[in-house]
Amino acid sequence: MAHGTAAVAKVPSPRSPYARRKTTRGNYELYSWVFMRASGVVLLVLIFGHLFVNLMIGEGVHAIDFAFVGGKWSNPMWQVWDLLMLWLAMIHGTNGVRTIINDYAAKDVTRGILKGLLFLAFTVVVVLGTLVIFTFDACPPDAPAELLASFCTA
Amino acid sequence: MPTAPAGTLYRGREGMWSWVAHRVTGVLIFFFLLVHVLDTALVRVSPEAYNAAIGTYQTPIMGLGEAGLVAAIVFHAFNGIRILLVDFWAKGPRYQKTMLWVVVGLFVVTMAGFLPRHLINVFTGGH
Repeated sequence: MAHGTAAVAKVPSPRSPYARRKTTRGNYELYSWVFMRASGVVLLVLIFGHLFVNLMIGEGVHAIDFAFVGGKWSNPMWQVWDLLMLWLAMIHGTNGVRTIINDYAAKDVTRGILKGLLFLAFTVVVVLGTLVIFTFDACPPDAPAELLASFCTA
Repeated sequence: MPTAPAGTLYRGREGMWSWVAHRVTGVLIFFFLLVHVLDTALVRVSPEAYNAAIGTYQTPIMGLGEAGLVAAIVFHAFNGIRILLVDFWAKGPRYQKTMLWVVVGLFVVTMAGFLPRHLINVFTGGH
């Protein structure tokens, strides 16, 4: 069999040439990991500011009533502040709870139900909160004046 | 998915316990956030409805709950910065234990600034 002068055999390619298969899963978990860190830094500023203004200044929690909210949301800066806080905190929190459900709910059905409830809660709270910020009326016409911000009667 | 054998306990030290505390505080804050958006949404019902709901936040028991909530937020925020440093700072993993004690120190300082003022508001304030 073995001859020193054997011709080099021409073997046909045994399979199609190597091609990287495109993964169908995408980079979702990577983006989620990056988002948790980026939104976390922004939320630290937004929430510390929120807590300082609502709990530390003046009478703290006792100063909060409808007129207080009316005063804050008549300023576009606080509308943007609270809208950003709502969206970032809800996405950050929902994604965190999603991770925890994935870690501890072993059965497919349990995991599915829990995540279904989570996304339902996310949708309801984000839509409701956004509508409230954009449709809020600081001076509702049929409300007693003493419950409203001072600029309503001025 | 295989289930873990019963009766095992990984006794991690600073790294594990800070991870546990980060999860527990995160879940607490999330559930408060759901309730907090709903109570704030009462401003769209009427001033009276909102004031009645927020009035329950101004009782001493809820005042203590707010102190706990702020404590959870402050820990989660500072430990979150520690996680960022572990992930992105080259020396982060080496100093993760030290950084946890820095987090605890900053937590104590922040709460020392917040608690007296808040508790005085809760127990002596009011309309």
